[in-house]
Amino acid sequence: MSWFKKGEEEKEKKERREELQLSDHLWIKCNSCNEIIYRKVIERNFEVCPKCNYHFQIPARRRMDYVVDPGTFVEYDADLLPVDPLEFKDLKRYPHRVKESQEATGQKEAVICGEAKVEGQPAMIGIFEFNFMGGSLGSVAGEKITRLIERAIEKRMGVIIFCASGGARMQEGILSLMQMAKTSAALAKLHEARLPYISVLTDPTTGGVSASIGMLGDVIIAEPRAMIGFAGPRVIKETIRAELPEGFQRAEYLLQHGMIDLIVERKDLRHTLASLLEMLRTDDGKN
Amino acid sequence: MVRHYLDFERPLLELEREIEDLKRFSKGKQLHLNEQLKNLEDKYRRLQKEIFSNLTRWQITQMARHIDRPKASHYIQWMFENFVELHGDRVYGDDPAIVGGLSKLNGRSVILVAHQRGVDAKEMAQRNAGMPHPEGYRKALRLMRMGETFRKPVVTMIDTPGAFPGVGAEERGQAEAIARNLKMMILLRTPILAIVIGEGGSGGALAIGVGDRILMLEYSIYSVISPEGCAAILWKDGRKKEVAAESLKLTAADLFRLGVIDEVVKEPLGGAHRDPQGMAVSLKQVVERHLRELESKDIEELLALRYEKFRRMGAFVEDGSG
Repeated sequence: MSWFKKGEEEKEKKERREELQLSDHLWIKCNSCNEIIYRKVIERNFEVCPKCNYHFQIPARRRMDYVVDPGTFVEYDADLLPVDPLEFKDLKRYPHRVKESQEATGQKEAVICGEAKVEGQPAMIGIFEFNFMGGSLGSVAGEKITRLIERAIEKRMGVIIFCASGGARMQEGILSLMQMAKTSAALAKLHEARLPYISVLTDPTTGGVSASIGMLGDVIIAEPRAMIGFAGPRVIKETIRAELPEGFQRAEYLLQHGMIDLIVERKDLRHTLASLLEMLRTDDGKN
Repeated sequence: MVRHYLDFERPLLELEREIEDLKRFSKGKQLHLNEQLKNLEDKYRRLQKEIFSNLTRWQITQMARHIDRPKASHYIQWMFENFVELHGDRVYGDDPAIVGGLSKLNGRSVILVAHQRGVDAKEMAQRNAGMPHPEGYRKALRLMRMGETFRKPVVTMIDTPGAFPGVGAEERGQAEAIARNLKMMILLRTPILAIVIGEGGSGGALAIGVGDRILMLEYSIYSVISPEGCAAILWKDGRKKEVAAESLKLTAADLFRLGVIDEVVKEPLGGAHRDPQGMAVSLKQVVERHLRELESKDIEELLALRYEKFRRMGAFVEDGSG
């Protein structure tokens, strides 16, 4: 077969795949191995590719369903809304970007917070919505997480936060940066109260979120192959003008370098979280 | 002596040359040029005042990063006595981008922690232009804890483009090192005073910036991202740095208005580098005043106030209908 013909064939194959993808959203293409998979198979498999174990990015609500006991979630502070303290305008106005994200995700902000049970273990749970302005840590997300942690201290519960974020929210400028200090301050109080904090780093967790709540877990869990880091790979590449090592800033790489405690597959997360919460309980209700 | 002029200072440079020429010309001669010289000097001051009362946020960014701007080493030399530099994080290495140690301020011992970007190209290369690796933040924390143990107040000076984005920095836990400092500084049982003396570059600045008081020099900046970085991401064009700087509201005056910092420390006309010693003298007075206030507080009260300070930061609304 000539290279020309081979190219043609590949092209046809690709077109067929694209048709399949379009057909009624029944099929889905894995971002990692490019395999075309029946959507229902993926859904039954916690949105993980059965071929290559790629963990798809998932909406916060779906993650909630995967982790908490049905009917136990009570949401807090759902009515906190962002304002535009800097009157920030880039190519679009900030309120306009917020509105777009609200419409795209059905969420009011980039984090959902509440109280729930995980295999019977009560916990305060926060989940980032990556599709809401890149899961950016603005004033609302910072305040909601801080309140979540303060409630955990009040009710003597552990905290679990699922991170999925590009970092700070530029449109809130310095106030966004300060949310790193604010949430870390609340975690310091949680620490003093001897209550456990488990951070779950999902794809991607970078920038200001990794450099605050992400890396402050008493136990730090990551999902397989999640991108985790402070600086983005593009910035690093431009700065050092060299190729990045194989697997750089992936969960497995961080585990090897001693930066996270464990990697847990999505299907096992609920059980792992529940047993960690149970084993870290201090019970006596005293400091 | 000032060596470098920024583009918006060009008219001043021309006048300065004229003044110098005139001085050279009249030297040793019995010419009555004093009147003319005085006129030129008056003109210079008027122009300087005019230029510096209307700086854009990008121009202030340029001032904050000015090569001649006094660096931490200058203030360490002129504000503090008997600086004993202490090195290393006791884990991996010593990061020259952050200096720290023991020193005296008006007779009391203090722990000093500061970004040091370097005063010339050679020192900048050696100090990685003040962009720390994790070991820099870990050294900073080690020294701050020494301050806690021996009940010495901590003074930090912030001047960094940001934490270094590199392979080793990531491998050794840049994010973890910054995060840990944020958490531990909240709990540190000794007063902390943070001063932005030049560029406050994002998380890399905040990692030594969680203080009971945060001060900024008049022409310093403090931002979540550099104007260039912001322009590249939001405008998809790094050249839009001027408008990005305007949008980010990153000057000392902006941050004071936003309630993030406690005081703007006035600089000499034309910036700290026009009178570095004068700057050090006036900053020393301000630092002394704040330290005295902080030292007079009970430690539990101080910690509660520190928590509240950061707890309050942010802007949002609570919509009762939700």
